[in-house]
Amino acid sequence: MTSRLSAITLNTFREAVRDRVLYNLIVFVLLLVASAPLFGQISIGIERLILVNVGLSSISLFGAIIAVLVGIGLVSKEIEKKTLYTILSRPVRRWEFIVGKYFGLLLTLVVNTTLMTVGLYIALLVTAHGLKRADALLLAAIYCIVLQFMIMVALTLLFSSFSTPVFSAIFAFALFVIGTFAEDLKNFAAVSQGAMHWAATGVAYLVPNFASLNVIAQAAHEQPISGNLLVFNTLYALLYSGAVTAAAVLIFERRNLK
Amino acid sequence: MNLNRTATWIRALLLLALLAGSVATRRHVEHLRGSQATLEEVLYLPSGKTVKNLSLGYSSLLADIYWTRAVQYFGAHHIQHAADYDLLAPLLDITTDLDPHLIVAYENGAIFLSQQRPEGAGRPDKAVALVEKGIRNNPTYWRLYFTLGFIHYVDRHDFKAAQQAFQKGSEVPGALPWMKVMAARMAEKADDPNTAGYLWRAIYETTTDKDIKQTAVKHLVSLRAQADIEELERRTQAYEQKFGKPPETWSDLIRAGLLRGVPQDPNGAPYKLRLDGTVQVEDAQKFPYLERRPLSQIK
Repeated sequence: MTSRLSAITLNTFREAVRDRVLYNLIVFVLLLVASAPLFGQISIGIERLILVNVGLSSISLFGAIIAVLVGIGLVSKEIEKKTLYTILSRPVRRWEFIVGKYFGLLLTLVVNTTLMTVGLYIALLVTAHGLKRADALLLAAIYCIVLQFMIMVALTLLFSSFSTPVFSAIFAFALFVIGTFAEDLKNFAAVSQGAMHWAATGVAYLVPNFASLNVIAQAAHEQPISGNLLVFNTLYALLYSGAVTAAAVLIFERRNLK
Repeated sequence: MNLNRTATWIRALLLLALLAGSVATRRHVEHLRGSQATLEEVLYLPSGKTVKNLSLGYSSLLADIYWTRAVQYFGAHHIQHAADYDLLAPLLDITTDLDPHLIVAYENGAIFLSQQRPEGAGRPDKAVALVEKGIRNNPTYWRLYFTLGFIHYVDRHDFKAAQQAFQKGSEVPGALPWMKVMAARMAEKADDPNTAGYLWRAIYETTTDKDIKQTAVKHLVSLRAQADIEELERRTQAYEQKFGKPPETWSDLIRAGLLRGVPQDPNGAPYKLRLDGTVQVEDAQKFPYLERRPLSQIK
């Protein structure tokens, strides 16, 4: 089972690389490093702040876009090219196919994020002529961004397991935006009453909470990020993406592929 | 076939268990972050104008979101009778930077800021700054001058500034005639409960916000009780001048022909007559804005 899963995972990663997905990294790193000296000229005293905000937000946004654009084609492309039938005619179970695809795309995003992080640190080095201890906090923020990707990949896989690529992309982006405002939804539920309260609370807990996984502002302002928060955020991302992947498996298992 | 069905059930149960686990974990994360975590992000924002530049043209939508956050922040603190409303002013500032024509944010936000603690933020200075910003951005909307005059009068007791605000507002085309009346009253009888009652009645009739309406009712009820108490104390003084000692019960006043029956406050409870002839309400908590003025100041 492990070898089958790792084979699908690595194939998905290779396919993404072949699709030149990682080319965006070169653009990102070049842009960031090249524009780093400009930050010092357009603002006074907050060049590091702007660089960190731009860098971390770009890592998050680029990753989310890649997760959606690559994720929506993971199942549909295999059906279109009829390669899915070849895979499933071997001793590969459908759930292994979905879970393998999940880890493959996640691996792509982790490699993507790692290279972008290197680019960000180079830009910081150029701007500030050195790194300081507080810069290590950025790693905590980047770790939380990877947790966001865990959920995003699971969501795009869920939608692509039953819908067309275009609608999968729309659904996934919509949930990304709603999830970013998840705590506003929760606050709205807290002040509403009666049936609206229960309905809003239910929806607030059903949609992903990307707000608590966003610690970019704290990292940029060198505010400490609690270890407890990182532990429970990890647990949340694992459980939520697990639940969404389980739903994707359930749907894909029952899907008629004839 | 049975094996397939069992596998499906196991996966469905796994899904539910993971979902329940994620909800429980999320509740813990929310507890760790605190209920105001999202709102506290405003402290990191350099200014509303920066947020506007980053909003990619969706500044009106963002303004609506920030206004909703401000209302929820105020509502939650108002219910808890919180001691501080630190984030309210920055939230309102960002809201009105994002959408300078969002009148509701100036009108209601200023009342949220100016009300005394714990009912509001107790910051009439910030409320004045917010309304003045609203007037700069919306010079033809005369009602903002009314809000400005109202805050100067009720919360800052600056009758001259209030008169100027009402006067300027009355000069805006389309302003209702009573703005001129208010300006005149500020000049002549500013320190009169009837003036305050007139203003609170105008707030009650024009606001659509439930909390502000309730506050207006509390003020009106308190003003009514204040007027009653002042009138009753005038009569106990008259009794004392006639009989050489203050009345001991309401019956003494009724027998002396100074009262028709036992007087009741606006909530229907009888007023309390103290041995020194002063009058009190039965339950002071129901009249949070009741002010006691020395009899010498009562006209």
